[in-house]
Amino acid sequence: MLKSLKIEAEKCTSCMQCELACSYQAEGVFNTAKSRIKIFTFHHEGRFVPYTCTQCSEAWCLHACPVEAIVLNPRTGAKEVLADACVGCKVCTIACPFGTVNYDEDTKVVYKCDLCGGDPECAKACPTEAITYVQSEQTGLERMRIHAAQAAGLAGGAADSGA
Amino acid sequence: MAMRHVIVGAGPAGVIAAETLRAVQPESEVVLLGDEPEPPYSRMALPYYLSGKIDESGTYLRSRANPAEHYRALGIDLRQDRAASLDTERRSLRLESGEKLGYDRLLMATGAVPLSPPIPGIDLPGVLNCWTMEDARGIATRAAKGAEVVLMGAGFIGCIILESLVRRGVRLSVIEMGDRMVPRMMDQVAGGLLKRWCGEKGLQVHTSTRVTAIRKGGKNGRLEAVLEDGSVLPADLIISATGVKPAIDLLKDSRVETDFGVLVDQRLQSNIEGIYAAGDVCQGKDFSTGQYSVQAIQPTAAEHGRIAAMNMAGKSVLHQGSVNMNVLDTLGLISSSFGLWDGAEDGEEVKTLNEGGYRYLNLQFSGDHLVGAQALGLTNHVGVLRGLIQTRVRLGPWKQRLLEDPTAIMEAYLGCVQPIGYNASVLA
Repeated sequence: MLKSLKIEAEKCTSCMQCELACSYQAEGVFNTAKSRIKIFTFHHEGRFVPYTCTQCSEAWCLHACPVEAIVLNPRTGAKEVLADACVGCKVCTIACPFGTVNYDEDTKVVYKCDLCGGDPECAKACPTEAITYVQSEQTGLERMRIHAAQAAGLAGGAADSGA
Repeated sequence: MAMRHVIVGAGPAGVIAAETLRAVQPESEVVLLGDEPEPPYSRMALPYYLSGKIDESGTYLRSRANPAEHYRALGIDLRQDRAASLDTERRSLRLESGEKLGYDRLLMATGAVPLSPPIPGIDLPGVLNCWTMEDARGIATRAAKGAEVVLMGAGFIGCIILESLVRRGVRLSVIEMGDRMVPRMMDQVAGGLLKRWCGEKGLQVHTSTRVTAIRKGGKNGRLEAVLEDGSVLPADLIISATGVKPAIDLLKDSRVETDFGVLVDQRLQSNIEGIYAAGDVCQGKDFSTGQYSVQAIQPTAAEHGRIAAMNMAGKSVLHQGSVNMNVLDTLGLISSSFGLWDGAEDGEEVKTLNEGGYRYLNLQFSGDHLVGAQALGLTNHVGVLRGLIQTRVRLGPWKQRLLEDPTAIMEAYLGCVQPIGYNASVLA
């Protein structure tokens, strides 16, 4: 059974522990600019929303890569960037409609959430359980499903229900 | 007998189609024809081979270590051969090797070929395209440190090559006949900033001019490029990157209808039943305009390949249209454009510009939707521009917020697609 990040934005206090933990795990530095997860601030609503890759089944990034530098980890379901194969063409960064693949101008390759190989640091660091790592089916993954429903309208080719 | 699918062209569209067919119709036979000696590779990756970031195997579409085994293991019959002619009545191809190859379903994934500008001397040795691996090897041989190189064309392909040539340490002159760099991807503001950026990096880009002739000049077989105003640029190497056109020669005497590319319906099937097209050769539906046009970009080739294969396997899937989009790195300045970046009729726009910092963002709206965008210097969350455009999400209050602060694209997307508010968890 695959596990997923469950994000309950209403519990987020924007303490930034997730971003710090992520950047330290992924890059060895405490630098939120390098974090794969990002907290977005909604001033009008007084809310904070942590957001990262949902490891969507369409895998736009993976299919757009011209050199097979993004691969599926069958154990975690994560789409992982192979940094030594990435040429830095950035096509995945424009192909991902969720905006969760970024280009690193220092390393000249792209990066994204890889679920830390199945033990995501962001979830462990979150003090309010706004981010948890849970069985995919158990949660229902309400918010991620909303994204998926939106994504279904994307031109991956909707099933032809008329014929 | 098992159905035989023949795919002409082993670029991204062809390879993805072959893999999709093996996955959804394992009992069928899949023949993949590539006319170059290398394992299927990515033309997009050639500039990175030229800049020394990767070796040849780094350009392979699949399995750098053992590409032949990848295709063999999947049951894809990958052959190096070229389709010489097509008989749509008998459903058969004649190959250059002499073999006749019958098909039940045929996919035209022949890609594009470089345009050759009609100027004297274009066929001289030392004038190269940058399109095939063979071209790239030729450029690598001639573009040694200190060599004088003239690059014709500062469009999308020209700009990618430009970067790798500078990295090789050549003395480079860039000639673009349009009034700015990447004229078909970015507006005057962004194109102008790109040119200024190149100038700051010590690279002269000449716009609104063209090479009118190429001739042998001086000693050691060097070349000279003559410009419109009569000035002459000496060159050890001249690279022609003045555009590409769909490779439709195979269909010349066939009944398959073509315009600029192969005309297809929403199942990516041509007017002849059983013949499909995908990728740079395919004049497919554009998401933003609803019109059929050749986009010639990697993500569209990937979408076409998958959708054509599904239909070839008898699973009806409609292509909803691809969003035209590009991303480019010009000596470290990253630019991108999406959809109707040049604006929609009766649309609204918002721009934010920081000239000194080389930051630019331009959003194009139509009614309550985002329909196009351009960005300079944006490397984080840039894909969400595609998401906002392609989901046709209603922006509601977020339109006004974006007009006030165009950089809030991620917030707009999240705000539109997930409930955010005091009672959000109750309402959700």
